[in-house]
Amino acid sequence: MNEIATRTLLEVNGVTQSYSNAGEEARALVLDNVSLRLCQNEIVGLLGRSGCGKSSLLRIVAGLALPKSGAVNYRGAPVTGPVQGVAMVFQSFALFPWLSVLENVELGLRARKVPETEARKRALAAIDLIGLDGFESAYPKELSGGMRQRVGFARALVVQPDILLMDEPFSALDVLTAETLRTDLLDLWVEGRMPIKSILMVTHNIEEAVLMCDRIIVLSSNPGRIAAEIKVGLQHPRNRLDPAFRQLVDQIYATMTQRTDTEKARDGNFPGLGMGMALPRVSTNTFAGMMEEIADEPYSGKADMPALADSLHMEVDDLFPVAETLQLLRFAEMAEGDIALTAAGKRFADADTDTRKALFRDHLVAYVPLAARIKQVLDERPSHQAPASRFREELEDYMSEDYASSTLASVTNWGRYGEVFAYDEQSQMFSLGDLH
Amino acid sequence: MVSRFVNFTSLGRRALPNQWDLLALGIVLGVFIAVAQGSHGVTAPLPAPDAPPMELDYWQLPYYGLRTTLRMFTAIATSLLFTFTYATIAAKSRRAEQVLIPMLDVLQSVPILGFLSFTVSFFLGLFPGSTLGAECAAVFAIFTSQAWNMAFSFYQSLRTVPRDLEEVATGFGLSPWQKFWQLETPFAMPGLIYNTMMSMSGGWFFVVASEAISVGDTTIKLPGIGSWLAVAIDDKNVSAVIAAVLAMLAIILAYDQIIFRPLVAFGQKFRVELTMSQFEEKSWVRDVFLRATALRRVLALPGNLLSNIGLMRMDWRFGKTRLSGPPNRSASIIFDIVWYIVLVALAAWAVWQIVTFVSTTLEWAELGSTIVLTTFTMIRVIALIFIATAFWVPISIWIGLKPSLAEKAQPVAQFLAAFPANVVFPIAVIAILKWSLNPDIWLSFLIVFGTQWYIVFNVIAGASAFPNDLKEASANFGVKGWNWWRNVILPGVFPYYVTGALTASGGSWNAAIVAEYVKWGDDTVQAHGIGAYIAKATAAGDYPRIVLGVAVMSVFVIAFNRLFWRPLFGYAERRLRLM
Repeated sequence: MNEIATRTLLEVNGVTQSYSNAGEEARALVLDNVSLRLCQNEIVGLLGRSGCGKSSLLRIVAGLALPKSGAVNYRGAPVTGPVQGVAMVFQSFALFPWLSVLENVELGLRARKVPETEARKRALAAIDLIGLDGFESAYPKELSGGMRQRVGFARALVVQPDILLMDEPFSALDVLTAETLRTDLLDLWVEGRMPIKSILMVTHNIEEAVLMCDRIIVLSSNPGRIAAEIKVGLQHPRNRLDPAFRQLVDQIYATMTQRTDTEKARDGNFPGLGMGMALPRVSTNTFAGMMEEIADEPYSGKADMPALADSLHMEVDDLFPVAETLQLLRFAEMAEGDIALTAAGKRFADADTDTRKALFRDHLVAYVPLAARIKQVLDERPSHQAPASRFREELEDYMSEDYASSTLASVTNWGRYGEVFAYDEQSQMFSLGDLH
Repeated sequence: MVSRFVNFTSLGRRALPNQWDLLALGIVLGVFIAVAQGSHGVTAPLPAPDAPPMELDYWQLPYYGLRTTLRMFTAIATSLLFTFTYATIAAKSRRAEQVLIPMLDVLQSVPILGFLSFTVSFFLGLFPGSTLGAECAAVFAIFTSQAWNMAFSFYQSLRTVPRDLEEVATGFGLSPWQKFWQLETPFAMPGLIYNTMMSMSGGWFFVVASEAISVGDTTIKLPGIGSWLAVAIDDKNVSAVIAAVLAMLAIILAYDQIIFRPLVAFGQKFRVELTMSQFEEKSWVRDVFLRATALRRVLALPGNLLSNIGLMRMDWRFGKTRLSGPPNRSASIIFDIVWYIVLVALAAWAVWQIVTFVSTTLEWAELGSTIVLTTFTMIRVIALIFIATAFWVPISIWIGLKPSLAEKAQPVAQFLAAFPANVVFPIAVIAILKWSLNPDIWLSFLIVFGTQWYIVFNVIAGASAFPNDLKEASANFGVKGWNWWRNVILPGVFPYYVTGALTASGGSWNAAIVAEYVKWGDDTVQAHGIGAYIAKATAAGDYPRIVLGVAVMSVFVIAFNRLFWRPLFGYAERRLRLM
């Protein structure tokens, strides 16, 4: 017990967060009672799909946002603002385009009144460590993505933090560059050449998490809760083809597709319920493509998710929203890391365009409450027309403005494909007009 | 690209409600009247400052040019100071924002030339008998033509600072002062530079108009090109007018090369897009500075000093950055209520000011006639923007599609936009008098004489930026003739056209005040319109009529912008934006 206490760097206790504009009724929770602990000498991964609140959690840990309730303690003191010992690396790099590499790295030091000569010395050392020497006077515009992210790392390391926070640091990079950067970072970590004591990273890439982390915390969505905690005991350097590695990946997929309770699993994977369901932007072509892929050999109607992700070249972040929307529409079922087509899904995969549209129309109206609602309103009105703003405002009672407009855009496109209703972008009106 | 820098309070669904605009309009006019009244017994004659009478000595012309330029730069410095304070307050405080932003919107639309007489009387009252008052009045007039769009652009930039950069700044514990200079100001730079450039272009017009002004019996002529022109007009001296035109050309050419090209090239550094742009703005002046190592060393000292000031923490209030917890709701609501009561009281006071001021000497019928006159002016503005569009858009597209030609034509059009059209007005008047033309028709052309170039260079920019693959696709599918114009190129340049036409229209309303009432020696040529009405009232020192004229005109301009340009602009942004 005593040993754990001394090794603990950071503690998150019962953190809850909700949409700021949801008003009094904290209906749309982003994070629900999340607790975790970060110890010395470990890399912890926060794994989850987009919208599970993992980035919000990271920002709360960084002291960039305050939780609605709960607390974060760093070395025993509560975090109420940015902390000296915590530095962050961003997905978008977040470099200042008007500052050179050296100036970008120096900024954090100069802001803290480190004398100019010392700041210069430390910045050059960090640049050297991260493999950027020669680029000191370059501007971010001139650099490739990989080099930009190296600047991001150097900038974070130069302030000598205890904890390095990483918000999907490799997801904006191409596969090859990302792999090089991961390996370089792991080498520095394993050899103990970085001043940091511990790393907390957010990712949606399961393999990346297994490759880098000592401990993986899987967050479920809507609201974000800790679904599982998985220890990774593999030795560095890890091999992606190692059976133990593959087994862990499969296990995590299974965790992420697990049904929490049978009834909720169908609809409940999206934030909110009924009309208030926040739906992802997925093209109908993607639906069709995925159903065809699952229906075809070698899957014949039932596919292992990691294998499917691999053959479709999709990451978890892209795969899950599609799979879940298919589940919502009752075209597929997810369980135990597998996705299986329902009878309707199989029929869809075999059908011609018109039959597909008819099938899609029936399922859309039956299972997507917003689509049903739009159709109902249009049917009821003598003019068979209704402005989009009417539905958008209704949605905004349940979710943030951004989610409302993307949900409406999704349903609009699905409705157009299923020919449930028409939409005129110029007048922003839904109508039943000129169908059939 | 260009349209990114155009300022509207809001284009989205969150349009600011109109009661704020009314409130702002009331406050703006009320304050003007209060200032004019408070500074002086309004109808009392103002003492003319003692200044040597101006002579048309050609050797003095460079000196006059210098004085004009100095006034211009004083004004731009004042505008920058205003921008950094006003826009920052508006961006940082919700309550201030609710008033400051609609006010900016109104001030942008008010024909400030009409207020010249007020500001002159105010500043003369501040410095009785000294030319300093007149100088301040002139600088203030130029300032009012420059500051609003700069402040707007800065405000909008402050509100759209990328979130991740903001987080980096907070994460590293930058103090508000450091954040302002390290993040917010650099981020706002490209927009601010573009708008400063537009403001400078517009400013020459006002510097010419404000140097020589007669309010009632008081005539002020500050040494400068504008006064030179006024004297030349009084003397009917054609060659002096031509000399003024040439001097102006030389000044604008120099300012363009020495100040603006370098500034625009410098501004590229601050673009946030992390891609290299294909067009690199070049400036020989900047190159000279960058290559002159000795000069750089001299400049490094003040440069370092400035950057160190930017890095000072300046946190006298907080020891460290704290996140605001959930705000105290009830206290905040009470504060809101008090704030609204203050605002409504202020607006009521302003409206009362206007009504009492105007109704002391005027009857309600006067309102009707000003509305009719404003309608005439509006028809003139619409018709001329239309004619300028029909004439210039095809030509500009033709130019813009030829890269080598566009490259040469673009600076010329920008240059012409900066050239103060009022310098050539006398020449037009001579022509009208000589051939006894109808002033209602022919004076109208002066309204767009200076502003049409905004349409030209924006459309050229649009046509140059038209994507090559779309050009090839339309050629491949044999899209030709009217079909090509209607479906390919016109929608392609439309966002750029709206930007240009919007600027042109705003400038034209202001130009109307000068263009509808033009003198040549003892001869006066005037058209029917609100511009002539205001100009006549100014010459007669008739303050109530000036206020009435300006107020009615402002309402028209604001309505015109809201009901016509803003929806058009929103449409262009939404539907016709090519990535």
